[in-house]
Amino acid sequence: MAKAKVTVPTPAEILPGISYKTPEKGWMDVKPDFRPGTYCNPANPKWLEWIGYPYPRAWHVTDEDWHLPSDWKETILQGMEDRLSRFRSLKLFFDICVRCGACADKCHFFLGTGDPKNMPVLRAELMRSVYKRYFKPAGRLLGQLAGARDLTEDVIKEWFFYLYQCTECRRCSLFCPYGIDMAEMTILGRELLSSIGINIEWTLASVAQCYDKGSHIGATPQAMKDMIDFFAEENERVTGIYTPITYNRKGAEILFVAPSGDYFADPGTYTFMGYMLLFTYLGLDYTISTYAGEGGNFGFFMSHEMGKRLNAKIYAEAKRLGVKWIIGGECGHMWRILNQYMDTWNGPADFLEMPVSPITGTKFENAATTRMVHISEFTADLIKHGKLKLDPMRNAHIKLTFHDSCNTSRGMGIFEEPRYIIKNVLPEGHFVDMPPNTIREKTFCCGSGSGFNADEYLETRLRGGLPRANAVRYVHEKYGVNHLGCICAIDRAVLPTLLGYWVPEVEVTGISELVGNALVFDEEIERTTDLRDRDLVGVGEAEEGVEAAEAAEEEE
Amino acid sequence: MTDFFKLHFFVPLAAVLGLVVVAYVGVQANLQLLFGVVVPYMAALIFIEGMVYRLIQWTRSPVPFRIPTTAAQNKSLPWIEKNLGEKLDNPETTKHVVGRMALEVLAFRSLFRNTRTELRQDPDHPEGARLIHWSYKWLWLGAIAFHYAFLVVILRHLRFFTEPVPGFVYLLDSVDGFLQFFVPVVYLSGLVLLVAAGYLLLRRILRPELRYISLAADYFPLFLILSIAITGILMRYFYKVDIVAVKDLALGLATFKPKVVAGIGVIFYIHLFLVCVLFAYFPFSKLMHAPGVFLSPTRNLACNSRWVRHVNPWNYPVKFHSYAEYEDKFREAMIEADIPVEKES
Repeated sequence: MAKAKVTVPTPAEILPGISYKTPEKGWMDVKPDFRPGTYCNPANPKWLEWIGYPYPRAWHVTDEDWHLPSDWKETILQGMEDRLSRFRSLKLFFDICVRCGACADKCHFFLGTGDPKNMPVLRAELMRSVYKRYFKPAGRLLGQLAGARDLTEDVIKEWFFYLYQCTECRRCSLFCPYGIDMAEMTILGRELLSSIGINIEWTLASVAQCYDKGSHIGATPQAMKDMIDFFAEENERVTGIYTPITYNRKGAEILFVAPSGDYFADPGTYTFMGYMLLFTYLGLDYTISTYAGEGGNFGFFMSHEMGKRLNAKIYAEAKRLGVKWIIGGECGHMWRILNQYMDTWNGPADFLEMPVSPITGTKFENAATTRMVHISEFTADLIKHGKLKLDPMRNAHIKLTFHDSCNTSRGMGIFEEPRYIIKNVLPEGHFVDMPPNTIREKTFCCGSGSGFNADEYLETRLRGGLPRANAVRYVHEKYGVNHLGCICAIDRAVLPTLLGYWVPEVEVTGISELVGNALVFDEEIERTTDLRDRDLVGVGEAEEGVEAAEAAEEEE
Repeated sequence: MTDFFKLHFFVPLAAVLGLVVVAYVGVQANLQLLFGVVVPYMAALIFIEGMVYRLIQWTRSPVPFRIPTTAAQNKSLPWIEKNLGEKLDNPETTKHVVGRMALEVLAFRSLFRNTRTELRQDPDHPEGARLIHWSYKWLWLGAIAFHYAFLVVILRHLRFFTEPVPGFVYLLDSVDGFLQFFVPVVYLSGLVLLVAAGYLLLRRILRPELRYISLAADYFPLFLILSIAITGILMRYFYKVDIVAVKDLALGLATFKPKVVAGIGVIFYIHLFLVCVLFAYFPFSKLMHAPGVFLSPTRNLACNSRWVRHVNPWNYPVKFHSYAEYEDKFREAMIEADIPVEKES
């Protein structure tokens, strides 16, 4: 099939055109409209073969026939029954929703598309209606009157369309009076789809590469080393400090695990340079692994099981290398997993020791069982103890606001550490938060989380990111904010696209990058640029000033 | 109006009106024994057994993962302090989980957080519109008024089922009826219940996106409760029934010495029958959100999974790509790139 060319309307076309009107027909009679730009491409069968998952086959979203396995219906219903018996959450969330609608305008996809099936309550109802039909007497007897409907191929297509318009950001669960979590239902719904061979390319390619090679980007060990060694040279060029790193080194004290996005593409790479500068500054005894070279976990975006299969490598590698504990880089869903799943899946990590900062002696008691510490916690502790010499003026060209990533916010609760770091590495008055209803636990998703970075999905991503971008625009216009900080690699990968579309004047940065800019080494060269080779405040201007003065003299 | 709306709105409306007719006809046909004794006992039995059954059904499924919604700062470095609100929104200990649940159940914490978002046309904005978010407490107010009024009404009814009547019921009675502008004294709870339930119904009908998602299962309990409230109010203020006889019947039921009492008006039996239907319907409906919220894994767990191990009872081993397989695949390249290996060849 020739790839449909995706053209995206302009912001001025999209924004006033978003309509929250409901269709004439009842929702059970409305089918999804698969327009280019609004759906993800199916996974290439070879990825499924790599990881040994069922029903690899070529199929197309816009085709009438999705070539489902002959027993697809039994598989789905059995899968649902099985999950109802294994997850109290699913059973409960199916049963207790009162459809009060408090979640409706909390979803960024609903706000950006106006499609009523993107109200979490109705998105859940797409699955709940099937549950009622096959597992509840009322649904069996009364059918549509009880909100029940038959499971048909059209229903499967609808699930695919809408379960892949949920980034599992959990904003709805915050506002739900019973804590019903759409993310939980999306995860389990995607598991069901996966069980009949329906997966999306972006997620599956990343999963298979990560499973086989060690990271989502599919870097071989030597390629990963090349990329990261290059950062050491870059650091030396900018700062005069060479920041060498060891790979797969046994006996190191600490294993450092970062999301691969941070060594793969800008601007994440600058965050990685920041990590290396910090660790070199401290003389930390650490290593990174090419085998467990991925902190992120796209497996979690297709099933709990695949999440566990990918996550298992981190502890396995920590054990093999004999490290004492683990530091994790800036990543969103990675940290939800490390917080809420890792130990349950693959623990206990009793071969590791209680994490203690070798610099400050701080015991990270909040990581007593997972034995894995967030880089922001680690850095904030260092700053608090006065262990870092920082020059905030090196970030004076940056006026920052901070995007709380969904997963670290509502799946972990890390709010103060990054803000503390930011306030110490930026000059006074250079940090401003977005409006309160759009940050911290109420933060809006980037619109591309949970495996949606795909180009073919651009229009929906940009629509989903609208509430985030809209709040960024607000602080940009009001306070002159020119950078959006975040502690999430998916954010760093997708927010530049989002902001480029909605607020092109604002750039995206990781927090460790700002730390790297501000760190003052004894033996460093005079810094004239930041890690991105942009002139520091005072430097370029001063030269320009001199040039201008010279030019003026010549004219005279 | 779509057919979908008509189906889900008018069928439950007709059902509730049908129930009224059933009770009316039944009492006219002298079936007081059925409507005054048999049906209430059956309803109570179904309510209790149904509730127990549903709770067992839920709890038979385990909670494999610790997935609380972290609505505030988690435990971190010792100098990052949390105020009480943050401790309850992201509880680290059982004590704080109890606090979080108490806030949720008694004060509807999550609903209190509610916001509204609107796409507002704005000619000054480059794209002609922008999103506006604001705090929106009306749903919270409606919900909390509805539930507390209902609770007060139920507690007030204890005076029919107890002898002597406990002191707190009298107290409630006098507080509830402190506005003495009518004879008999008007209970505020009844009016609040009516108004709040009316609000909950109207917002479903008038707000297009709510009308779009509402099912018969949403309208039926509202119609039922409104009818119960209306019949109760009619009976108290307008079509008075023999209150002594009613208490006689109620006490008989409560002490398991049921008797048919003559001379109670038909409106009482309609009221009672609707209440019975509500009780019998409860365990099989969305009304189970009441006990359900206590079991909600995004609310009732401490957010401590980084320092206390959470065990999944059905955790099973999975196949993952082992380091040995990995090294076998990349050994040569790794050696060439000076990456340490386990086996040199």
